[in-house]
Amino acid sequence: MWKIDREKCLKCGACVSVCPVLALELKEKGIVNDKNKCTLCGICEKVCPVGAIKVDK
Amino acid sequence: MRKDYDVVVVGGGPGGSSAAKTLAENGLDVILFEKRPSIGSEKRCAEGLSIGTISIIEEKMGKIPKRCIAKMINGAVVYAPNGKKVDVDFGENAGAIMERKIFDKWLAAQASKAGAYVQAKTNVYDVIKEGESIKGVKIELDGKKFEIRCKVVVAADGVESTIARKAGLNTTNLLVNIDSGYQYEMSNLRLRDHKKIELWFGNEIAPRGYIWIFPKGEDLANVGIGVAMSDKPAKYYLDKFIEDNPEIFSGASIIEVNSGGIPVGGFLKNMVMNGLVVVGDAAHQVNPIHGGGMKEATIAGHIAGEVIAKAIKNNDMSILNEYNNLWWKERGKHLQKVERLREVVEKLSDEDFNNLADVLEGDDLIEFSRGKRLLKLGKILLKKPSLITLAKKLME
Repeated sequence: MWKIDREKCLKCGACVSVCPVLALELKEKGIVNDKNKCTLCGICEKVCPVGAIKVDK
Repeated sequence: MRKDYDVVVVGGGPGGSSAAKTLAENGLDVILFEKRPSIGSEKRCAEGLSIGTISIIEEKMGKIPKRCIAKMINGAVVYAPNGKKVDVDFGENAGAIMERKIFDKWLAAQASKAGAYVQAKTNVYDVIKEGESIKGVKIELDGKKFEIRCKVVVAADGVESTIARKAGLNTTNLLVNIDSGYQYEMSNLRLRDHKKIELWFGNEIAPRGYIWIFPKGEDLANVGIGVAMSDKPAKYYLDKFIEDNPEIFSGASIIEVNSGGIPVGGFLKNMVMNGLVVVGDAAHQVNPIHGGGMKEATIAGHIAGEVIAKAIKNNDMSILNEYNNLWWKERGKHLQKVERLREVVEKLSDEDFNNLADVLEGDDLIEFSRGKRLLKLGKILLKKPSLITLAKKLME
């Protein structure tokens, strides 16, 4: 499961810059994850400066 | 706004404005789109520039008005993990903390003065691709969608690098090359010396990074952190630092919150496609040791502008590849050396930092961040067996 806390997210795009499968995109409403591409690798969770992303394999 | 331009620039930061100004000065029809309603805010930046960098930016962009600068700085205090201080003297007024929300607007205004058209609050959400060539962009403005056609797109859209990816140029960086940045602009601080920046090192304080205090006034500062590969999010370490240092922070307020990913390496061999050039954070063009990107973006934007103008005038898109060569020659080779220094610094233990603080002079630190005097650093590090390999790499 890939989850984002939109209250915490500051839409900075750090997660987008490291997503190895280009699943993440920064849109006006915030970060959008393409679940068909996402491999739940957890790199986005590691880079998020505010701990807004949680990934459970 | 028309339906076609010579060049569309995506992103109104220093890279985009520098490219737009250079292109307009070359007589090209340029439009620059910025997605935010207000260029320059919220910042993703600690706002510090050296006087040397200011003159490089002024060469490209014109004389910077005083209102763009929040405060002049004359030095730094660097704290080793054990609390030992190293004083670094920059010289009177040799550094500046900018006000990005004013500075970036001025940069964009300089581009528009040169003849570029600037439009804020416009989301560029995709490119127009025909075969392997980029022929324009798709935008959304005031809830309506438009297509704008052009000969070349400049992707200067920040660390997320949306446009290059949409175009098919994979600019994804490795986790090891991205610092997680988090920052508060704070008021009512008790700064020890409001003419000096403070830098705090230590693997407990900021794993593989540092905490900075950049004064914007006598009691006002950007207080931020960059960390990498850390167990906890950047915010955790910054909040802890603030709690642990009440002599500075008790009674202070948070007037702005910023976060961001800072590329600190992973320079791209190729930043060009048929009809597209990538500039600034989007192309990882940042100094890997201090994480500053304004200078690199301005220079790269200028190089991109000159090369694109040449390609369009000669009606030959293969000329765009010169951007790769010129950037690597002018900036890439040097920045790669600085990246090597970063790889050494990130291996240092707190004990190493403490020892370095004993033997290094303040101006050594300035020179290191410029990728200079690395021989001296290498020689010191050679004394530690675990660092010999890295030290030798540094001395190559």
